[in-house]
Amino acid sequence: MEFVIRGGHVIDPASGLDAPRDVAVAEGKILAVEPSIDPGPAPVVDASGLWVLPGLIDIHVHLREPGQEYKEDVASGTRAAAAGGFTAVAAMPNTQPVNDNAEVTRYILEKACRGGVCRVYPVGAISKGLRGEDLAEIGELAEAGCVAVTDDGHPVSSSLLMRRALEYASAFGVVVVSHCEDLDLARGGAMNEGLASAYLGLPAVPAEAEEIQVARDLLLVRRTGGRLHLAHLSTRGSMKLLRYAKRMGLPVTGETAPHYFTLTEDAVRSFDTHAKMNPPLREIADVEAVQKALRRGVVDAVATDHAPHAPDEKEVEFEAAPNGVIGLETSLGVTLRLVHHGLLDRVRAVAALTWGPARALGLPGGTLAPGGPADITLVDPEARWTVDPAAFFSKARNCPFAGMDLRGRAVGTIVGGRTVYWNGRILAENLETAERLPT
Amino acid sequence: MEFQRKDLVAIEPLAPEEIVHILDTAEGFLEVSRREVKKVPALRGKTVVNGFFEPSTRTRLSFEIAEKRLSADTVNFSASTSSVKKGETLLDTVRNIEAMVPDAVVIRHGAAGAAEFVARRLACSVINAGDGRHEHPTQALLDLFTIRRRKGRIEGLTVTIVGDIANSRVARSNIHALTKLGARVRVCGPPTMLPPQVERMGVEAHTRVAEAVAGADVVMALRIQKERLGRAVFPSDREYARVFGLNSRVLEGAAADAIVMHPGPMNRGVEITSELADGPRSVILEQVEHGVAVRMAVLYLLLGGGRSEWNS
Repeated sequence: MEFVIRGGHVIDPASGLDAPRDVAVAEGKILAVEPSIDPGPAPVVDASGLWVLPGLIDIHVHLREPGQEYKEDVASGTRAAAAGGFTAVAAMPNTQPVNDNAEVTRYILEKACRGGVCRVYPVGAISKGLRGEDLAEIGELAEAGCVAVTDDGHPVSSSLLMRRALEYASAFGVVVVSHCEDLDLARGGAMNEGLASAYLGLPAVPAEAEEIQVARDLLLVRRTGGRLHLAHLSTRGSMKLLRYAKRMGLPVTGETAPHYFTLTEDAVRSFDTHAKMNPPLREIADVEAVQKALRRGVVDAVATDHAPHAPDEKEVEFEAAPNGVIGLETSLGVTLRLVHHGLLDRVRAVAALTWGPARALGLPGGTLAPGGPADITLVDPEARWTVDPAAFFSKARNCPFAGMDLRGRAVGTIVGGRTVYWNGRILAENLETAERLPT
Repeated sequence: MEFQRKDLVAIEPLAPEEIVHILDTAEGFLEVSRREVKKVPALRGKTVVNGFFEPSTRTRLSFEIAEKRLSADTVNFSASTSSVKKGETLLDTVRNIEAMVPDAVVIRHGAAGAAEFVARRLACSVINAGDGRHEHPTQALLDLFTIRRRKGRIEGLTVTIVGDIANSRVARSNIHALTKLGARVRVCGPPTMLPPQVERMGVEAHTRVAEAVAGADVVMALRIQKERLGRAVFPSDREYARVFGLNSRVLEGAAADAIVMHPGPMNRGVEITSELADGPRSVILEQVEHGVAVRMAVLYLLLGGGRSEWNS
């Protein structure tokens, strides 16, 4: 036994556990979860007043390395993740060069090995260069360590290519992640089409631009049986389509992002570029539908779509600003906001940050079941704090929640039995050198 | 009443009293423009920069004349001659202007929100001369000024705006200004030119011109801005003129004393016939004259003139 986490309240949605438990760790794995564990000579982590959760997993993160290290890199992005309570992230392929070949996948993994403080799961491209024309070498990408493929940032406009991707990827056990957007209908829109866009005169994207492709992809799953995961869903129509597909028994999962169940298109009313992302912030009915889908378990995962940009890039005219906001260091707190407001059961909330995303991409972890990796997040559910982007570990500051008062925060992040984050400090250079316990 | 704002970036945030105050102030300046010596010393020693990042003839001329009649020192730059062409960001341009300590910046820009972007970052006054498809507040003010002079009031009037409402900053500013002062506003155009949920902005939406114009006191045609349309939202000029163009036959249904307006520049024979534009109901050139007076009022009120009588 390496150490025991004592006196905490364990929430492990995979096993339905929501009770006081001690957790014993040995050889980087969960050894036991019991009402009371005698640590013997093993060191003890006092978790009284804390939640003990499976390590949080964010399956939609842009680490920007290689190519745009001025925005973020593997080292800074994984530090932001660890500080937000995440023990694993999936890294999107729209890097420079694009992660559409094993060389780039290996480069990312090597960076993660040398300077990352949480697990990094690369996601490869569906098409070469994200151009939406020819399939990338998905077999080789899977062999090199990609857990999924996506053209995220660019929708796969060709229905034929999407069909082929779903068929081909299934041979390698790789999930296809779809960024759903009908580019023709979206036509350069910078915000949601609704009352706010009527006031602002900004080019706008209707909800149907997302929903049309969600529907198309679901039909292609029906045809192919391929394993599909829908990225950053934002509309009430998408929620209905996903629910319908699951009832039909299709092999599909879906994620949403904290901003889609927290903010509306009104956040754009001041032309705030920190409220600009793709898909855009929607209407209150959409926000409520996303919350409801989380409550019902229709949406499997909360994923941040953490999209770092340099301050100069965002301090421009709204239409000229790049899409995207960061989220790793606020995701847990913003999700728990739903719990504190009585809008989401805490087990469901934890599931959407752990077991749900693990299952969506077929990743290890996401549960505290004995024998699994000792990826554990300790959370103080009552800690009150105010979001201050200047204090982030991320290189970026493009956060739409700046100034928001939150309740609930990670206090400790343990990856493979090694403590990488404790009480506001990153404790390691990488996972190899991390200490078992905070000192 | 004292005008407390630093900037005029939009009509939307203005209170009805503020709009009325600007219109009242403009009455005095209209007289100045009709004098032999068309100049008052109100802004002597003040520097106004006219930053036109998008082409404009009328609005720029109008602002420049207004500034000169107030004795301000004016400097112009346009996108074609400025460092914008060399790739400078709006933020850097703004910082450079700031360093030269102007008292006001008049900005015309192709991006919605550009005026607000600049206003938040400059200590001096900023006047929006049109930002993308968002707002064009001085145009709305001069339109209201013209209506009020002709009709003696705004409240209770029925005003019909015909054209590409969705892509028009003039329409947006007028909708805000007119509804704030109690006018009944109808907008009309093909559904492809009406913004979503436009009724929630407090207007009636019509797709038939005859219905929209029936009984109207004021009928305003908007310029069909072909350059703004990424993809055709109407089949042809010809069909637009036939179905949505204003002509004397359509105007028969309006109030007997209805006036016809257009913010210019006109596509004669498309959104309005020459017969109507040059006819007795037309107040189009009055709008242009009033533009100078209204812009003088705005400059005067923003640049601190509001704290003393300008002609005393």
